[in-house]
Amino acid sequence: MKTCLVVDDSKVIRKVARHILETLNFQVSEAGDGAEALQHCQQTSPDVVLLDWNMPVMSGMEFLRALGDAAVAPRPKVVFCTTENGIAHIKAAIEAGADEYVMKPFDRDTLASKLQIVGVC
Amino acid sequence: MSLDEPGARYLAGLLERATGQQLAENRSWRIDAALGPIIRDRGLDGVTGLVARLVEGHDPALQAEVIDQLLNHETFFFRDAPVFRQVDVAALHALHGARAGSRRLRIWSAGCSTGQEVYSLAMIFAEAEGRWAGWTIDLIGTDVSPSCIRRAEQGVYSSFEIQRGLPVTQMIRWFDPDRDDWRVKREIGRRARFSVHNILDPAPSGPFDLVFCRNVLLYLTPERRRQAFQRIAAALAPDGFLVLGAGETVTGHTDAFAADPDARGLFRPAAGAARMRAA
Ligand SMILES: C[S@@+](CC[C@H](N)C(=O)[O-])C[C@H]1O[C@@H](n2cnc3c(N)ncnc32)[C@H](O)[C@@H]1O
Ligand SMILES: [Mg+2]
Repeated sequence: MKTCLVVDDSKVIRKVARHILETLNFQVSEAGDGAEALQHCQQTSPDVVLLDWNMPVMSGMEFLRALGDAAVAPRPKVVFCTTENGIAHIKAAIEAGADEYVMKPFDRDTLASKLQIVGVC
Repeated sequence: MSLDEPGARYLAGLLERATGQQLAENRSWRIDAALGPIIRDRGLDGVTGLVARLVEGHDPALQAEVIDQLLNHETFFFRDAPVFRQVDVAALHALHGARAGSRRLRIWSAGCSTGQEVYSLAMIFAEAEGRWAGWTIDLIGTDVSPSCIRRAEQGVYSSFEIQRGLPVTQMIRWFDPDRDDWRVKREIGRRARFSVHNILDPAPSGPFDLVFCRNVLLYLTPERRRQAFQRIAAALAPDGFLVLGAGETVTGHTDAFAADPDARGLFRPAAGAARMRAA
């Protein structure tokens, strides 16, 4: 079973994502901000991280950089999942090392498709 | 609505005569949901009222709209991604050699729906520009549905559609944001042409080197399916390739094609294969 860490400050979004991911046979964990997520990854690195952009304490971009610095191994695939849908944001995320990008709102097909593209589904 | 009801039988007959598609076989169909918008727009009294209007026969536009709604148009970018890789490494590789003289390729996507299949191919060519420099690539998409062809020509996709099957790097490389939607860039759009065409009619001007007919023939009656395969065979070069949907095959449906022994998921004209063996 593949593992996915859902990182989002919205409990509702985490719940929706968890539900979809479980129907896709993922074992799901949750984190409410980047710092919590980083800690999780240092203990047990998931196969993939679904990452919100705007969060208190540590944003998605800050998490992505910290993940690189922390040299977490094996490095999880990182899929941004955010309402920041502008092309500048998308480019910045890819440059910072994100593997894929999901624009909110998303549905099951979108998420399944992107997870397939990064090779975890 | 159950397919045993006369109204549903009438609709199934209408669809089958126009497209060869069998409503009963296609389980994804929920007549009421599909026709609800038309019934509401026209203020008709349910499916029964709609059928009554169709039986009167004075409203060809309504009939066309109903047929369109009853068709399954589902599609997405790079659907069955391994098949696209196979097309690239096997079919396009072979054709690059075989057509080195004319430097011209003709590709037909039959039943292209809203265009994602055609634009996926266009991206493959755009991303291997060096390899195809100096070539003329005709990329033609056809569908029986006029509304699908209109949308394919526009090349504008919702954020749900653009995210299905298409990697983000290709999305930002080949599409421009257009409010909440994404519009195909000219560089890709100019490579494709679209027109309304029924697969049961003689094929558009061939011969084609590569034909995609994926997830179209599944629910045709066996006789119509054989007819469609004949139409494609007549339009395909003897050394050309046919690509079907994942899980679709020719075995038991037609003698016009045989599975390519060297490339999974690709099919060759049977006559061409015999000729190539004899040579
Ligand atoms: C399920 S979609 C598949 C689209 C695309 N080929 C793919 O695999 O993603 C099938 C398409 O075939 C079209 N179609 C159905 N019957 C047809 C016919 N007799 N002639 C041409 N197109 C047809 C439908 O309108 C629909 O857009
Ligand atoms: Mg947030």
